[in-house]
Amino acid sequence: MGYPSDTSIVVEDVTKTFTLRYHRTFKQVSVALLKGRDLSDTFNALDHVSFTVKQGESIGLMGLNGSGKSTLLKLVNGIMKPDSGTVLTRGRIAGLIATGAGFHPQLTGRENVYLNAAVLGMSERETARKFDDIIEFAEIGRHLDAPVGNYSSGQFARLGFAVAVHVDSDIFLADEVLAVGDRPFKKKCMEKMQEIRDSGRTLFYVSHAAASVRKMCDRVIVLENGKVGFDGAVNAGIKYLKYEDENPDNDPDDMGDLDEELGADI
Amino acid sequence: MTEHVAVAEQPLVAPSASNGLIGVFSRRYLLRLLVRREISARYQGSFLGLLWSYINPLSQFFIYWFVMGKIIGMGDRAENYAIHVFAGLIIVHFFVETFNAGTRSIVRNKALVKKMAMPREMFPVASMLVSLFHVGPQLVILLIACLVTGWSPDPVGLAAALLALGIVMFLGTSLALLFSTANVFFRDFSSAVSILTNFVRFGVPMIYPYTLVADRFAGHTELYLANPIADAVLLMQRAFWTGTTNDPAATALVHLPDHLLTRGAIALGASVVMLVIAQIVFSRLENKIPERL
Repeated sequence: MGYPSDTSIVVEDVTKTFTLRYHRTFKQVSVALLKGRDLSDTFNALDHVSFTVKQGESIGLMGLNGSGKSTLLKLVNGIMKPDSGTVLTRGRIAGLIATGAGFHPQLTGRENVYLNAAVLGMSERETARKFDDIIEFAEIGRHLDAPVGNYSSGQFARLGFAVAVHVDSDIFLADEVLAVGDRPFKKKCMEKMQEIRDSGRTLFYVSHAAASVRKMCDRVIVLENGKVGFDGAVNAGIKYLKYEDENPDNDPDDMGDLDEELGADI
Repeated sequence: MTEHVAVAEQPLVAPSASNGLIGVFSRRYLLRLLVRREISARYQGSFLGLLWSYINPLSQFFIYWFVMGKIIGMGDRAENYAIHVFAGLIIVHFFVETFNAGTRSIVRNKALVKKMAMPREMFPVASMLVSLFHVGPQLVILLIACLVTGWSPDPVGLAAALLALGIVMFLGTSLALLFSTANVFFRDFSSAVSILTNFVRFGVPMIYPYTLVADRFAGHTELYLANPIADAVLLMQRAFWTGTTNDPAATALVHLPDHLLTRGAIALGASVVMLVIAQIVFSRLENKIPERL
């Protein structure tokens, strides 16, 4: 297919369309038909997005809420398939999608660690070997044998992150992982992610915190309404996004400073 | 990184490639975990837990045995009526459980489906395997009852029992695949399936002997026998029930249709074809599952 051997992720002309409202009752459908209204209303969450990522690059994916970041991550992760275009990846993928892991609320933390690791492609032996490290990292103590449905959102995210970082992946996806963690844990996560980056794995990091993106990434992709608005150097990307924030009709609070602070926190 | 292949040696592939059912069975460890969790989660929060999967068929058995056998008098039409009912009930219950639980499987596991990349066929297949797991102890009860009444195993009977289980495994999985996706799009399907499964119980020669159908609908039995579950039930009766009667050969001749094993083999073949069709449909619809959950 003509991609160099150090290509890690290929996203080529990808479009993903969502329907605004899916579940309609029989009554709503018949009324709509009688009045001749449109039954479906669609929008493009991703609109002809293209880029390639080299192995070992760390990408900061930025953009306003609803700009398509999580959808893009789901496509790269393989949870969704694009409606048109191609997504290709090389090697094993691990990571967190939309602040949290795919945990089963009724299962205990321990069972979920095994299940989650198995979904990510780890064998039983591999999981058993890393189990103590995962638990130590997550710091959830005796809650380990309680159903994760009873966990706090912080504990939930910690356990998810702990499993994901302990998978021997080639591509690591992190979607706003730090949104719910407390300060010490954020620090730990950042260190772990730097470790991942330095080990030569591809890092795909979604964040609104300019400072942490600056620290972690060597390239920034900004999504705007499902299109690539910017793709290039970190500082220029952050500047590009800030420009958006300084629109007079936006929030009068200085979002930029807040971001910096959140990043500087770490 | 001991168990890990160097990145450069791996090909660039679509991350969502799952190979359907083949992908499911190449990840047996994950499947085993899902089956185990399904077994523990099906009766979660209930005091009797797993016992419910035996109480349910046993209570049905007693209702059929008493109402149909004793009150309505079906028991006089078939020797060892209790075994006649129970042999059929095991296979019908296996099918109904697979169909019902399989239909709900993807919606029930949406926490995983929405956030993890894995072959989604895992969930309906796991539902089928859980139901199969519950067949085990029921078969033991049946075997004990058969041995007490003087039954001895025979190779044709064994083949019949395996055919019956095979039919339900393949047909149940294919219906679970089809309806689990359908249920994502319209939750109405799980309600519809409960109604459908009601018909299954009465559309098979379980609570009445097959002779009754052959007498009343002479000339139209092919239609009745086109139902693979009816064939599976008859095969189970060939495997267990006929052997407990006084003259097994005569019972089989009177109470079972001709060429039962051939019919069973055809039904199994049809079920396999169904599974292939279900897989094709599933692969087409799968794309839309995560966004619709």
